[in-house]
Amino acid sequence: MTATSTSRKIPGTTLFDGEQAKKGYALNKMCFSFNDAANRAEFLRDEDAYCAKYKLNRIQRDAIAHRNVLELIGAGGNVYYLAKFAGIFGLDVQDIGAQQTGMSKDDFKAMLAAAAVEV
Amino acid sequence: MATITGVVTTSHIPSIGRAIAKNLKQDPYWKKFFDGYPPVHAWLEKTRPDVAVVFYNDHGLNFFLDKMPTFAVGAAPEYVNADEGWGIPSLPPFRGDLDLSWHLIESLIAEDFDLTTCQEMLVDHAFTLPMKLLYPDDGPCPIRTVPICINTVQFPLPSAKRCFQLGRAVGDAIRAWNSDARVVVLGTGGLSHQLDGERAGFINKPFDVKFMDSLIADPEWATHYSIPELVELAGTQGIELVMWLAARATLTGSVQCVHSNYHIPISNTASGLMVMA
Repeated sequence: MTATSTSRKIPGTTLFDGEQAKKGYALNKMCFSFNDAANRAEFLRDEDAYCAKYKLNRIQRDAIAHRNVLELIGAGGNVYYLAKFAGIFGLDVQDIGAQQTGMSKDDFKAMLAAAAVEV
Repeated sequence: MATITGVVTTSHIPSIGRAIAKNLKQDPYWKKFFDGYPPVHAWLEKTRPDVAVVFYNDHGLNFFLDKMPTFAVGAAPEYVNADEGWGIPSLPPFRGDLDLSWHLIESLIAEDFDLTTCQEMLVDHAFTLPMKLLYPDDGPCPIRTVPICINTVQFPLPSAKRCFQLGRAVGDAIRAWNSDARVVVLGTGGLSHQLDGERAGFINKPFDVKFMDSLIADPEWATHYSIPELVELAGTQGIELVMWLAARATLTGSVQCVHSNYHIPISNTASGLMVMA
């Protein structure tokens, strides 16, 4: 009926559209709460209780337990909120990039640097 | 009437905040990035703006998915930065300009833009770091600000064409503002990068180079692409180029490139900088 953002498939890319936003609301709401240092500490004190408080479903809870970004995206996570989750563990966007692409961080950084020499 | 002194478009990568805090500007990794800014400082010194209108995108500091405005205009006496969760130092509050905020709101709604207006608005790194790059001295930012936030979190996003139209209307409104203020317009974000998915690390230098060139000679070039097409070309976060389009669109007539810089990579991003007037 309408041309939605999901009608176009880009390899290795999930557009965070209404479908994802619905699916991931609880997970993203929890990760949004990590803007606050007290909430980050509370998560670290009792991860199970914190995830229960935000009513994560089983898939979301497992993805959080696995610290796995692709699983978190599959569970409806949005990268901007997930970055706050990753921040709890001191992980930066290159750590996340390496994990998602299955590379070492050094290889991932080398791939980024190689983009500079493309014509 | 107010005048627009020009447009500055710049990347807003969070790690810039860490590099500034740790004084790494001359570090080999950072030097080519930070060396892009002294010519901007000289241009600001010469053109002496009083106010900055800043097109930027919030990354989950002020807005959550409970309420996600497409276009949000700040109407606050000051804009406060806060903890974003991953540890870059917060910067002091930025002074607003209520007269310009409400003039923009009235003008844009009269031009059929359906805005969200914000009398309180936290500003994240996408607003604060570009201001700090332009005004690096210690202490509060010396000029007043009006933030305009464009949604790039939740699809569907406003089209590139619509963002360009928004910028055009903002430019017209600034020029019609009954004030002797000098206004610089910022567009922050980009250039090509992607943080999420198996395609994380995607950078497209040929596209970025073409995009930067287009802003001078053919600024509506990128508006002919759909948002998904632009995501494919520039990455899921490279879509922040719509801020550059909106900022560029505030200028009319013949536009010169005063200064530009482009460097790969900073963090996961192709960093870009342009001054246009």
